[in-house]
Amino acid sequence: MIELGHFAAFLALGLSLAQGIMGLRGERRLVGLIAVAAFGVMSLAFLSIIHAFVTSDFSVALVANNSHTLKPMVYKIAGAWGNHEGSMALWCIVTIGFGAVAAAFMKTDRPLFEARALGIQGLLATGALAYLLFASSPFLRIDPAPFQGVGLNPLLQDPALAIHPPMLYLGYVGYSFVFALAAAGLLEGRIDRVWAREARIWSLAAFAPLTIGIALGSYWAYYELGWGGWWFWDPVENASLMPWLIGAALLHSITVTEKRDGFAAWTALLAVLSFLFSILGAFLVRSGVLTSVHAFAVDPERGTLLLIGLLTYGGFALGLFAWRAPKLEGGRPWTLISREGALMANNIVLIVAALTVLLGTLFPLIAEAFGRTISVGEPYFNLTFVPILALILILLPIVQAWAWGKADVKGWLRWAAGGAGLVALFVLLGVGPMNIPVGAAFGLALGLWLVFGSLWELKRRAITPGRVFKLPRRVWSMTLAHVGIGLFVIGAVVETTGRYESTLALAQGDTGTVAGWELTLDEVRSIEGPNWYADGALLTARKGSQMTTLEPSKRYYPAARMPTTETAIHKTGTGDLYAALGEQRNVDGQTRWVFRVYFNPMIDLLYAGVALIGFAALLGLWPTSRKVKPAEA
Amino acid sequence: MRARTRRLYTFGIAALLVLAASILAFFALRENANLFYTPEILAEKGMPKPGREVKVGGWVEPGTLSYTDGGATMQFTVIDNSPSTITVKFTGVAPDLFREGQGVVATGSFGPDGQFTARQLLAKHDENYQPRELKPLEAGG
Repeated sequence: MIELGHFAAFLALGLSLAQGIMGLRGERRLVGLIAVAAFGVMSLAFLSIIHAFVTSDFSVALVANNSHTLKPMVYKIAGAWGNHEGSMALWCIVTIGFGAVAAAFMKTDRPLFEARALGIQGLLATGALAYLLFASSPFLRIDPAPFQGVGLNPLLQDPALAIHPPMLYLGYVGYSFVFALAAAGLLEGRIDRVWAREARIWSLAAFAPLTIGIALGSYWAYYELGWGGWWFWDPVENASLMPWLIGAALLHSITVTEKRDGFAAWTALLAVLSFLFSILGAFLVRSGVLTSVHAFAVDPERGTLLLIGLLTYGGFALGLFAWRAPKLEGGRPWTLISREGALMANNIVLIVAALTVLLGTLFPLIAEAFGRTISVGEPYFNLTFVPILALILILLPIVQAWAWGKADVKGWLRWAAGGAGLVALFVLLGVGPMNIPVGAAFGLALGLWLVFGSLWELKRRAITPGRVFKLPRRVWSMTLAHVGIGLFVIGAVVETTGRYESTLALAQGDTGTVAGWELTLDEVRSIEGPNWYADGALLTARKGSQMTTLEPSKRYYPAARMPTTETAIHKTGTGDLYAALGEQRNVDGQTRWVFRVYFNPMIDLLYAGVALIGFAALLGLWPTSRKVKPAEA
Repeated sequence: MRARTRRLYTFGIAALLVLAASILAFFALRENANLFYTPEILAEKGMPKPGREVKVGGWVEPGTLSYTDGGATMQFTVIDNSPSTITVKFTGVAPDLFREGQGVVATGSFGPDGQFTARQLLAKHDENYQPRELKPLEAGG
């Protein structure tokens, strides 16, 4: 079976190369057929890997190193991409898949452009497949086959982590087709409305899963690591945040290209960068230059190859850009106080924010080159990234009402007064009765400002309330995304500033208190699972008339000789009561269990906000019927 | 507005923002990049400013782990291949792979008395993963 897959992958390599050559020669029909064929063949290769995992064929080295017969079926399947080789196979199939879907659905009436875009996608797939087959092959056998597998890293045996990598890769690799469109557009010297309409759809197709993938990863870290937080500024998280920020900038800049023929060169550059940052993310994570939980295969040779790939793609695309960009048309005239000006400011801020993340992520490497081991943590990002982004979010509700070309700004004083009043109110509340920190008050005001500002803009565009649901889908998409950011800001600020945490060391029958909740340890018992056994604690939590039980546990996976923490979370409506079980401690001759207990207020609002952003991107992706005339301001 | 003037403004605004971000980043890095100390480096370079966040790392000296605060706070000594030691105090749950004799990296700050209070502990994760800072130590013996 796996040999068949191996052969299919070679066939896919050949087809992708053919797709590249035929595409660049402009054979639109042929290249489309090849793209679909390549996808069929690659699916076969990928299925053969999954088949090996499902049947626990330990003569396949990848399965022996990453699976185990006792593992639940879902995680046998998910195990196929829970490792370096398998995840690269996923990367390949997604690259080829985007090519095939694009071959079927692209409609620009420009066959040469489409053929070239598919051709470049074919070349990107060729590179990925060559890397898969020659540097990290999942198809190799071992002789003799071991009787049992080593098992998946137990931290990854989790539902959120089963779908997190495919989502993230749909995002990362989705930008490969945006890259291909940009390269094809630059080759033609046409980055215009028709190009932008196509590129916007594919940017959304990458942005939506990327957003959801990042949220899933964050939620996993929240409940699986037992640290109570949801974002740790880990290099891996940063690696996914950077393409997200560039992708967000791209979505805003593309609108100018689509509606006004403007920003052509800049949009093309962002389209290229979005994919380059995705590869940079893969390089940072996979090469092992930065440590993280995800660095499962630390191999300098692979890192070097990825770096070569990054430099080749980057050199090609940026060279093309330098050659063609000066010839691109400038679009219609505009002044700084206009929607173009506002979107330009948005882009500059998002890019600068991405650069501060890049600096914080790479700084430890730079410092190490100078012989000093240091690390960069949350305080750095709170001082740079957060205020920079806050800057653009404050302006958002005001400037999104600005018209194209030249905005009428008579109304803006009213807006400014409203905003200032809101901040003043919250700061007063903060200093006075509610006693919240000034930063948190400011964050809350900002979040509400965004939510209501976005809804107000929706109402303004509808003119009469009855027409709100007749507005074009992209206006809704924009509004929901901005409301989502507002909800996220409120959730993030409340959670970060209002989090209670405490450590309790309890003997059986003891009671401890966290954030008004009284927790009693009833017992600690042994639990047995399919491929693990656990110590499970039973805590009764009481607050006033509310009562619930929490069952945090600590699992041991004998196959991997590794424990994991399984937190218990009770949703109270205003936040999460969260408990993690620690180790057994012997205190003054008495056996006690130690617990880390948190109360995380409004954390669901934070995730709801991010989910809303992902949903908004999907909504924007849905094809609009051509009959509706966009009501442009 | 003429295209040239507009470009000038655009670049002006971008340059200003990049400059502001650079200044922010410079100070943020100067204040918040966490230096890494092993007992040996600490003895060599001297104590950092009390309250400043740093990382310390080494091995947990066997037999030094004790509990206070009714069991909520743990205290242990970190050693390396030098005669110096660092005493670390941590309130919370120990990481899954925390053991006496094993490698540990703690993030936190030194008090005026020279005792280190950790905000976060990381232990050797599994056979393949361990805090980056400990790799040179391992190689050294």
